[in-house]
Amino acid sequence: MAGFFERLRQGMTKTRTGLGDKIRALVGGRQWSDSLYDDLEEILYEADLGAQAVESILDQLRQRVRESRPERAEDVLDLLRQVMVSMLESMPNPYELTGTPAIWLMVGVNGTGKTTTAGKLAERMKRRGHSVILGAADTFRAAAAEQLMEWGRRAGVDVVHQVEGADPAAVAFDTVRAASARKLDLAVIDTAGRLHNKAHLMQELGKIARVVGRECPGAPHQVWLVIDATTGQNGLEQARVFQEAVNVTGIVLTKLDGTAKGGVAFAIHQALNIPIGFVGVGEKLDDLMTFDPEGYVRAILGMEEPH
Amino acid sequence: MFDALTEKLQQTFKRMRNKGRLTEADVKEALREVRLALLEADVNFKVVREFLGRVEARAVGQDVLESLTPDQAVIRIVRDELIQLMGSHVERVHMASNPPTVIYMVGLQGAGKTTASAKLARMLRHQGRQPLLVAADIYRPAAIDQLKVLADKIQVPVVTEPSKTPVELAELGKAASRRMAKDVIIIDTAGRLHVDDDLMGELEAMNARIPANEMLLVVDAMTGQDAVRVAEAFKERLPLTGVVMTKLDGDARGGAALSIREVTQLPIKLVGSGEKLEDLEPFNPDRMASRILGMGDILTLIEKA
Ligand SMILES: Nc1nc2c(ncn2[C@@H]2O[C@H](COP(=O)(O)OP(=O)(O)OP(=O)(O)O)[C@@H](O)[C@H]2O)c(=O)[nH]1
Ligand SMILES: Nc1nc2c(ncn2[C@@H]2O[C@H](COP(=O)(O)OP(=O)(O)OP(=O)(O)O)[C@@H](O)[C@H]2O)c(=O)[nH]1
Ligand SMILES: [Mg+2]
Ligand SMILES: [Mg+2]
Repeated sequence: MAGFFERLRQGMTKTRTGLGDKIRALVGGRQWSDSLYDDLEEILYEADLGAQAVESILDQLRQRVRESRPERAEDVLDLLRQVMVSMLESMPNPYELTGTPAIWLMVGVNGTGKTTTAGKLAERMKRRGHSVILGAADTFRAAAAEQLMEWGRRAGVDVVHQVEGADPAAVAFDTVRAASARKLDLAVIDTAGRLHNKAHLMQELGKIARVVGRECPGAPHQVWLVIDATTGQNGLEQARVFQEAVNVTGIVLTKLDGTAKGGVAFAIHQALNIPIGFVGVGEKLDDLMTFDPEGYVRAILGMEEPH
Repeated sequence: MFDALTEKLQQTFKRMRNKGRLTEADVKEALREVRLALLEADVNFKVVREFLGRVEARAVGQDVLESLTPDQAVIRIVRDELIQLMGSHVERVHMASNPPTVIYMVGLQGAGKTTASAKLARMLRHQGRQPLLVAADIYRPAAIDQLKVLADKIQVPVVTEPSKTPVELAELGKAASRRMAKDVIIIDTAGRLHVDDDLMGELEAMNARIPANEMLLVVDAMTGQDAVRVAEAFKERLPLTGVVMTKLDGDARGGAALSIREVTQLPIKLVGSGEKLEDLEPFNPDRMASRILGMGDILTLIEKA
């Protein structure tokens, strides 16, 4: 399978207006002049980094440019890369399992890729030698359980589910029970998409986490907030509210196989210090990668892969 | 929530006023607050630039300079321009003069196509039409089940058949509409990336066989800067006729609406405002403008009171 960087580049090179070409045209063989800051600003904004992150990045860049006085535009771009990478942080080991069984919860707004990622994670963890079970705690959306069951089939993993309209906390509870009784390593619990401004739905999520925690101390051990890479600045508020409701431990940034750069995840990391654990790069079982800050920043900036 | 932009503009102008009369330069400076607000609302960077050019041309006029409340004068201009840009009247879904009307729902993964298909079927039925749904997403796990469950709730038939291609399913839909005397065919298509050449080609092939009367691009209101690129790419290959904005029940400002409108000139025809099937409304440019500027909540509150 292609490396992280290459996978991200695929989407971008497919589009004529890719940032890569633009930025290469911008800096290629040119001398640095301060007027180019505006162009860099545009590139960062168009990657959805948002005002705060852009400002903070450019401030640091200006500082470094003052210090090292690079001549070529390429060198400034490289400084920019360094600044951005230094601001990110990957999870040391997103595969790490704490808790027996370990309980992971998938949360996020509607349609971001929670169910798909739950399936991908189950398969990945199974392939890494762990015993895994899935829980279909989205009892609200039409055919959500059927969707997860298909992923369970693909991953070769059992799925705990109930009828549509059942109490999601009860399904989560059953899932934890099943994982404990069968002495499994990991339960991945899918939840319904919910907009963070709906207080009752956020309370429901809090209840799911509490019920899980009562049954298995310390659970949920990971709460993955699934963010769609096409999301704009609203992602920040999503993260803030989900963080409050269920103590998010990591982000999964999905749909990075398109042309969107998911810069809001950068902004979220800046503002709330939530690390990015995985990225989704497609709709197939295998289209999941651990997050690599260096590769990600290079992809945003349309740079070449390091040799 | 009080309108943050008005507040900021108020402060900015007040600071300037303290130095004496307002100048054109002051107004330009104040427009930087507008720029930030639009960017925070996810309006595309380039669209913001062009839009502000137009606003500036009007705002450096005497009205603003001599106004006692220059902040409100500026806001008014910004809002007027926003509304004008987004079309000043309600756009509707057009019915073919020679039924059946064929409506395609297309867009990125997870945008809300399947939900919007069922919502639209429900809306049209309430308007006295006889819609039929076609489940043409043969890829996503349980996509067909999802549409069936939704269609069941509103008692609209769904055309589906195992191991058929999307093109064949569209054909089946057309045939079924004749047989069942249905006058609208709503085709729920699979989510796809605009850069996915094969899947974009599939939609072209469907449309070549069963031409669309309406081809609606379904866009998530939370979409950021990429909205423009997506809409342009879909429009380049398909005869899009309008946009459906979904998930407006969230608190995203929805700048994508403005960006798409400016770049593609496509009208926004409908908005989704919830997960339930009755949560579909005609698009209201005026309200959208307020929302992008952060005044949306106030309007909604007034309406609900
Ligand atoms: N291109 C691409 N599509 C993805 C990716 N992850 C998920 N999808 C697609 O996005 C759509 C939504 O995915 P789901 O997993 O159903 O999302 P969800 O968050 O569970 O949605 P709800 O439960 O309805 O809130 C589906 O069509 C998936 O195939 C990804 O990394 N890349
Ligand atoms: N809150 C809210 N949720 C919505 C709205 N429209 C759709 N959704 C939700 O968004 C998620 C995705 O909706 P779908 O209709 O499955 O989206 P889709 O475009 O068909 O997805 P794919 O077929 O996977 O590409 C589901 O959880 C829906 O319930 C809306 O207007 N408001
Ligand atoms: Mg789901
Ligand atoms: Mg669908």
